[in-house]
Amino acid sequence: MAQATLERADVETGRRARPRFADRDGLLAWVFLLPSVVYIIALVAVPFFLAIAFSFSDVTTGNPSFNWAGLRNYQRIFGDPVFWQSLKNTLVYTGIAMALIVVLGKVLANILVANFRGKWIVRFLVLLPWTTPVALSAIAWLWLLDSIFSPIDWVLREFGFIQGNMYWLGKPNLAMASVIAVYTWRTLPLAAVIIMAGLVAIPKDIVEAAAVDGAGFWRRMFEVTIPFTLPVIAVAALFGAVITFTDMTVVYLLTGGGPTHSTQVLASWAFIKGIEGGDLAQGAAVALFLFPLLLAAVIAILTAVRRMEVS
Amino acid sequence: MTAAPTTALDERTIAHLRRRAARRHVAARIGLYAAAVTAALVCAGPFLWSGITAFKQDTDLYQRDNNPFIYNVNPTGEHVSYLFTDTAFATFAWNTLWVGLLVVAITLFLGLPAAYSLARLNRPWSGPLGIAIFFVYLVPPTLLFISLSRVVGVLGLQDSTWSLVLIYPTITIPVSVWLLIGFLKAIPKDIEEQAMVDGYSRLGAFVRTVVPLVFPGVVAVVVFAFTLAASEFIYALAFVSPTSEKVISTGVPTELVRGDVFFWQSLQASTVLVAVPIAFVFNLFLERFIAGFTMGAVKG
Repeated sequence: MAQATLERADVETGRRARPRFADRDGLLAWVFLLPSVVYIIALVAVPFFLAIAFSFSDVTTGNPSFNWAGLRNYQRIFGDPVFWQSLKNTLVYTGIAMALIVVLGKVLANILVANFRGKWIVRFLVLLPWTTPVALSAIAWLWLLDSIFSPIDWVLREFGFIQGNMYWLGKPNLAMASVIAVYTWRTLPLAAVIIMAGLVAIPKDIVEAAAVDGAGFWRRMFEVTIPFTLPVIAVAALFGAVITFTDMTVVYLLTGGGPTHSTQVLASWAFIKGIEGGDLAQGAAVALFLFPLLLAAVIAILTAVRRMEVS
Repeated sequence: MTAAPTTALDERTIAHLRRRAARRHVAARIGLYAAAVTAALVCAGPFLWSGITAFKQDTDLYQRDNNPFIYNVNPTGEHVSYLFTDTAFATFAWNTLWVGLLVVAITLFLGLPAAYSLARLNRPWSGPLGIAIFFVYLVPPTLLFISLSRVVGVLGLQDSTWSLVLIYPTITIPVSVWLLIGFLKAIPKDIEEQAMVDGYSRLGAFVRTVVPLVFPGVVAVVVFAFTLAASEFIYALAFVSPTSEKVISTGVPTELVRGDVFFWQSLQASTVLVAVPIAFVFNLFLERFIAGFTMGAVKG
């Protein structure tokens, strides 16, 4: 009887000859996993080591032959004040943007998990910045921060705060603030969604018990909600920091790193050198400089995840 | 309290307390609605402004002192139609669509078995490898685009949209595997075991019972992966330069800006046209996406 069922099933799945293969978990686990692993090794790990090799060579788009150049690229980078400016900007950009994203993301998540009418439309509107391709939303902002026709300037003028224009993207500090604001605006919805996942996972009875015991909104927030979601927020924040750290799109499209490199970040600098300037070797060296810092972030995340698993 | 049942004082106190609670409730509701409206305006404001701009005539738009939020001159649809008649916008949109769909297909084809392997087949290396795959997400395009542009060139895919089909799964597979592990772990093991008792092989049980049950999760992953692929900018910019091969992400900012001339209305129209459908679909599956993230993160 059992034998008959087995055979029927095998005929149905067309695997009469290999029931043993299909039943061997160990082999199947490899067969299932291998394609993804090969794909990623071929197109992530190999290019990664290739990038390291490039950084020690003199490869350009015009002359793609590989010649050993030793540490010359790194020497040239370290002697370039733009590199140090970019490094500083990258750290400022990541630090401020992440602080804003975590705090505002928590606030936004709290709003979105509450029950109110029109929730669907609010969620839809809130998701827009993240689901829109970043290049397009950056274009919307480019127009919003236009040097002459910015509606923000118009409003400020109407209220009499300013006379002419702010030149949002034309002054170093203002440009940096604008770039950070736009990046924060774009990433906020994703942070909110991730934190929402953490909020939803809090056991309901604990929150209710706290409410019954007379804990008010703020007390519940700081003594129940935040401690419970902290691991999720921490992991999300670290990932967010890595993504922010390596982002160049907002900078590239809004300011192109200007005015005079005051908003240049390592990623955009690597792009401008490597692809636009054609100096692949130097571009790779600049990009690789991101890696030690990324590695530190990975170790921090692993530690956080481990601690989460323990608790 | 017990001696004098409902004295006048008690009644007044109770009524007072009740009113205060009601007032507080109303205040909390108002605060919530105010916060929700503010959040929606901050997030969607730029798109609203884009929507207004898209229909403006040049004479209206390029007047510094005109109120930018209203139509001082009659609105016009010519800039929106310009997008379709005189630019390659439709081609960009089509390229984004088919690249996105192929990337999603590759992601699922490779990612779903990988996730099943890591979630269910209990090998000793499942745990570390699962984490390793996730960390691939941390090796960003910025680190790889220079050497990958060489790889793409060697494969003969330079300046072809197919280069993106090949490369984007490296971004989408790690995240998708992570999310799918969460969804797979939420399916009770008994169901597959029952199927295997009934005579299916492990593979048969996977195809016949697990795949249909994980379908809602798969839909969430599809939407997420598509959004990632549609948003990608750096690879698209570095690998592909002919107009006919570009995707929305790079086509719109490079082709609708000619030197110093910005086709502002058409640019803004394209932003709204792309933003609304993607956000709409994403919102439909938001709950599932959150569920997947919770399962993956909490019971990892």
